[in-house]
Amino acid sequence: MEVVDHSHWSPILGRLWWDAMPQEPIVLATFVVVALGGAALVAGLTYFKLWGYLWKEWFTSVDHKKIGIMYMILGLVMFLRGFADAVMMRIQQSIAFNGNEGYLNAHHYDQIFTAHGVIMIFFVAMPFVTGLMNYIVPLQIGARDVSFPFLNNFSFWMTTAGAVLVMASLFIGEFAQTGWLAYPPLSNLAYSPWVGVDYYIWALQIAGVGTLLSGVNLIATIVKMRAPGMTMMRMPIFTWTALCTNILIVAAFPVLTAVMTMLTVDRYLGFNFFTNDFGGSPMMYVNLIWIWGHPEVYILILPLFGVFSEVTSTFSGKRLFGYSSMVYATLVITILSYLVWLHHFFTMGSGASVNSFFGITTMVISIPTGAKLFNWLFTMYRGRIRFELPMMWTVAFMLTFTIGGMTGVLLAVPPADFVLHNSLFLIAHFHNVIIGGVLFGIFAAINFWWPKAFGFKLNEFWGKVSFWLWVPGFWFAFMPLYILGLMGVTRRMRTFDDPSLQIFFIIAAFGALMIAGGIGAMLVQFAVSIWKREELKDETGDPWNGRTLEWSTSSPPPEYNFAFTPIVHDIDAWEDMKRCGVERPTAGFRPIHMPKGTGSGLILAGLSTVLGFAMIWYIWWLAAVSFLGVIGFAIFHTFNYKRDYHIPVETVEQTEAERTRQLAAAGA
Amino acid sequence: MRPPESRPKPRHLTALARALAALSMTGALSACNTVVLNPAGDVARQQGDLVVISTLLMLLIIVPVMAATVIFAWRYRASNKEATYEPDWDHSTQLELLIWTAPLLIIICLGALTWVTTHLLDPYRTIGRIDANTPVAANAKPLEVEVVALDWKWLFIYPEQGVATVNELVVPTGRPLQFKITSSSVMNSFYVPAMAGQIYAMPGMETRLHAVVNKPIETVGFSANYSGAGFSNMRFATHAVTEADFAKWAAGVKANKTGPALDRATYLELEKPSEKVPVIRFATVAPDLYDAIVDMCVEPGKMCMSEMMALDARGGLGKAGIRNVEMLAYDKHGREAVAKANATPNAAVQRELAWVRALCRQMPGSAPDNTVKAPANLRSLTGAGMAAPQSLPLFGKDEQALAQPKAESPVAVNDAAHSSQISRN
Amino acid sequence: MTATAMKSELTQPQLQAAFYDLDEHDHPEGGSTMLGFWMYLMSDCLIFAMLFAAYGVLGGSFAAGPGPKDLFDLKLIALNTAMLLFSSITYGFAMLAMEKDNRGATQLWLLVTAVFGAAFLFIELYEFSHLIHEGATPMRSGFLTAFFSLVGTHGLHVTFGLIWLFTLVVQIGKKGLIPANKRRLMCLSLFWHFLDVIWIGVFTFVYLMGML
Repeated sequence: MEVVDHSHWSPILGRLWWDAMPQEPIVLATFVVVALGGAALVAGLTYFKLWGYLWKEWFTSVDHKKIGIMYMILGLVMFLRGFADAVMMRIQQSIAFNGNEGYLNAHHYDQIFTAHGVIMIFFVAMPFVTGLMNYIVPLQIGARDVSFPFLNNFSFWMTTAGAVLVMASLFIGEFAQTGWLAYPPLSNLAYSPWVGVDYYIWALQIAGVGTLLSGVNLIATIVKMRAPGMTMMRMPIFTWTALCTNILIVAAFPVLTAVMTMLTVDRYLGFNFFTNDFGGSPMMYVNLIWIWGHPEVYILILPLFGVFSEVTSTFSGKRLFGYSSMVYATLVITILSYLVWLHHFFTMGSGASVNSFFGITTMVISIPTGAKLFNWLFTMYRGRIRFELPMMWTVAFMLTFTIGGMTGVLLAVPPADFVLHNSLFLIAHFHNVIIGGVLFGIFAAINFWWPKAFGFKLNEFWGKVSFWLWVPGFWFAFMPLYILGLMGVTRRMRTFDDPSLQIFFIIAAFGALMIAGGIGAMLVQFAVSIWKREELKDETGDPWNGRTLEWSTSSPPPEYNFAFTPIVHDIDAWEDMKRCGVERPTAGFRPIHMPKGTGSGLILAGLSTVLGFAMIWYIWWLAAVSFLGVIGFAIFHTFNYKRDYHIPVETVEQTEAERTRQLAAAGA
Repeated sequence: MRPPESRPKPRHLTALARALAALSMTGALSACNTVVLNPAGDVARQQGDLVVISTLLMLLIIVPVMAATVIFAWRYRASNKEATYEPDWDHSTQLELLIWTAPLLIIICLGALTWVTTHLLDPYRTIGRIDANTPVAANAKPLEVEVVALDWKWLFIYPEQGVATVNELVVPTGRPLQFKITSSSVMNSFYVPAMAGQIYAMPGMETRLHAVVNKPIETVGFSANYSGAGFSNMRFATHAVTEADFAKWAAGVKANKTGPALDRATYLELEKPSEKVPVIRFATVAPDLYDAIVDMCVEPGKMCMSEMMALDARGGLGKAGIRNVEMLAYDKHGREAVAKANATPNAAVQRELAWVRALCRQMPGSAPDNTVKAPANLRSLTGAGMAAPQSLPLFGKDEQALAQPKAESPVAVNDAAHSSQISRN
Repeated sequence: MTATAMKSELTQPQLQAAFYDLDEHDHPEGGSTMLGFWMYLMSDCLIFAMLFAAYGVLGGSFAAGPGPKDLFDLKLIALNTAMLLFSSITYGFAMLAMEKDNRGATQLWLLVTAVFGAAFLFIELYEFSHLIHEGATPMRSGFLTAFFSLVGTHGLHVTFGLIWLFTLVVQIGKKGLIPANKRRLMCLSLFWHFLDVIWIGVFTFVYLMGML
């Protein structure tokens, strides 16, 4: 084993030294490509004089719609990075047999699987989910923005700051080599002495602040800002799942913050929370991190359950079957998700009774989940199902997720877990639920709400190409992993002895290739759709014959969402309005009170990024300066009392007249 | 071999179940070596059977749901104008009842199965049977193997035989095995898929695993929990041989007087990180070495964990012990520093204060025995009035087991807290 | 009211009035602030819950070093507790003054609160430096790690509370008791009393139970 000496430290640059620059050829090449690409992007933006536009209209915007879109873009960019990691792992595992070491050394490979997990959960799934909720929830509840618009902008930039740190670790220093949850003692300073785990800690900590605040924000929005008449039991189901998700966020992310802080003081100050010696307890970390970690899984999936409900009901042209049953199922899942964390470590030696308790509580979650599935089924029953892309993804989800749910319940049986824990079966299981549930849901949602966000539909051909590459690709990539798990193959392996395993890894790599095609087709779909946006244009604002309030306004919605706040009489409020034949009021507008954009969020997050970077590299002076900067700027920001303005009535009239013209053109 | 009269059905059924599972889980499955479903050890076999049984139980609901998804999606497609269309139909109490109770029933069955099997197959519990037909003899003494996960190899100590090996596990067939498991630096997981399920190996703590291997087999074990750069190579050959061959093997290792001896100094050398270590066989082992490893006091001058905890239980050493840190430091300086400190073991001893030496004579205590004893009467294995998985009602339960009154309180469901550590709190 | 019934009975203007808020006024600013801040406090409470849990787990791990009885000085802690409790009371007076729209008195009581808060912090820092000087550093044992983290996190919160308090004193000076500032005073009030409640937990769980 080669031990690299990273003990260099200087007062100015801390641990940062030449040895932090990319060493491995693959990373070096990536660095060059990214640097060139970045330079081209900057040059392009400068050439087309877009900086001012971006700053004014996007970066400093507090409009929930724009922030939602920025979250989605962040998720997409990070998804490409996370997927590149996945492909590298698949290639390594499909060649490293019979003494072949593959093309990745342990230092590189171990970073890749850690980064893959961290990125996919924190910087892909979370931004996607948060972005969706940000965009859709205020529209669905007939609000003009969220409760705390500045906080929303700040949350987004904090999440981005975390992502920036993770990306920086690719080129400056290293990322953690610990697995995505960084169990001590391995993640303690003693066994992970360089910067990898510190990148992990600070990226999660900074992004975590964003997530928590956005959770608080959305709960307040849903509780306080619903349109008149929208009682809790008239809320669209997506809003309900968003509410439960955000409750989970607020009740789970502080745990992560606390645990990360404990790990931080262990590493930076020599505390003994999770050390082997001086009475520390590594097992406490495992417990605490999963007390956050299991609810996190439901944070990711619940909003997508909401998406599937909306999509199924819309494309079946029917009311959602068992609305209240759905709501209660969501609530039950929310509560139960806190009672199952121990099932992630049955093998740590708790007693049989403890293990059975947590096994059974886990199984119980499958009851409300099953009920949800039946509800979607009976929504389809006696419907008129239009198989547009969102519905296709939904059916693919129903078929895929069921299998993933089944293997999940299987893993909840402790004696079965003893033979499958940490195996590739487990990997297959959670990719089955996360890809089959979360990602398919995101794709359904993107195809569903894209016309709302941009005013034109997505190209169907390339969407279908993507679908038909993704879904079988998923099965090719993960079915072999189920089988390998049953063959006793464990996760995070870099090399293998048994040559009979190789064929399965090759099939899995082929599946990953198909998925790569699916992702490519999706990017083409976006590009083609933007190119041909005039042909795909939707002027009605309601391309799918939607049922909830977001479809009652124009696409894209005006900055103020609704010229007049709608009054709600039914769960499917917009469907109700259509049936009653209400005409859109075209006169009597008033000035609309809106929040003003601010650059404070971006500046605070930027300072936090510097703070994180300085802490990672032990550049103490910079850490102190940026910390004081954060505090000072936050105080400075509170002295700004003028945070709102009124959209003048003329502007509203103009915008609404344009809308009237659009609707007339669309023949509505 | 003819199965005994009393339990004919379950055996057929598990065989059938296995065949069904093989069919349902793609054809490739039966072709390849799915060791988890078809292991050589009785414990792993029961665990594998449980995987199959649970899967079948869940398929009862999964298959209809998936079928209904496809059927509904097809039947109610927009182009099929003949299908009924009821846009406002959104509630049916009967259906609601059905969709909540159907999964509930399955989960009740599975939950009962879980409760029973989790206790039956608790790794802390001594095994009660060699295989489905052979109970463990009353006077049978399990073979004890002490397992230490090192960076990045495995050390196996056979206290009864007085020998030790690195990266090679040899066990006799048909004899109960008791593994005591710990680790030197970070978490690992001890897993031999052909023998029994896994359990974590953690520094400063001891976990246990009970198993048996039923037929001679050459297989492999490994760490199933990522532990750092050399993790991929933490594999060890596992040989299950007959009792006679095992005795011969152990005697052979013992007899090799030229072979190395495993004393503390050798251990500290061995503990240093290394990868792809070839098999080493030690003819002798220092008697208290394993306990010292669990107690994190192999290195001279270190206070044993058990001693520290005994002191803590009495309220610590007060301010007098405040500066007394060197003897407690175990992983403050990491893998590289372990190597450095070990280079000059005398220095560590010198740092030790005289009065401390009087307190800590490096007498490792042995970890408390958290083993759950399997009851002699196999009937009580069935737990609180329930049968072992093979004879669930679903699979043709024999009437007698149901009728069996709960005469004796089941030892099996003893809630002994097996906190695996030498209780840290 | 069902859809069809509405359609048949109502004229278009009536329908519009039923489905749109045609006479909408500006929503009062900060309507969600208290709810949002309360949720933040609850999440903060969870962080403390984790620290308490860690103390529960590690509180007996003295690592052959000193325990609570060897280290804590209950008289000092009682004094400390008194400081924080007084600061809560004086904050209450500040809020009463705010209700009466008395700017000067509000500022004065806030400053009195700050004095008590600073005294609390000073005593805490004195305790810490004393412990560290004796060698009872957080690095010494699991118990001391959990102790310093729990008490220190509380202390950090008080510090931030003080910074916030001074900021507010200045802001009230500049803008007066405008609704935005009143809202901020309410939030800080919640925060300050919350820290009091946490301290009562710390005092009981860590100090009293450690000494008894």
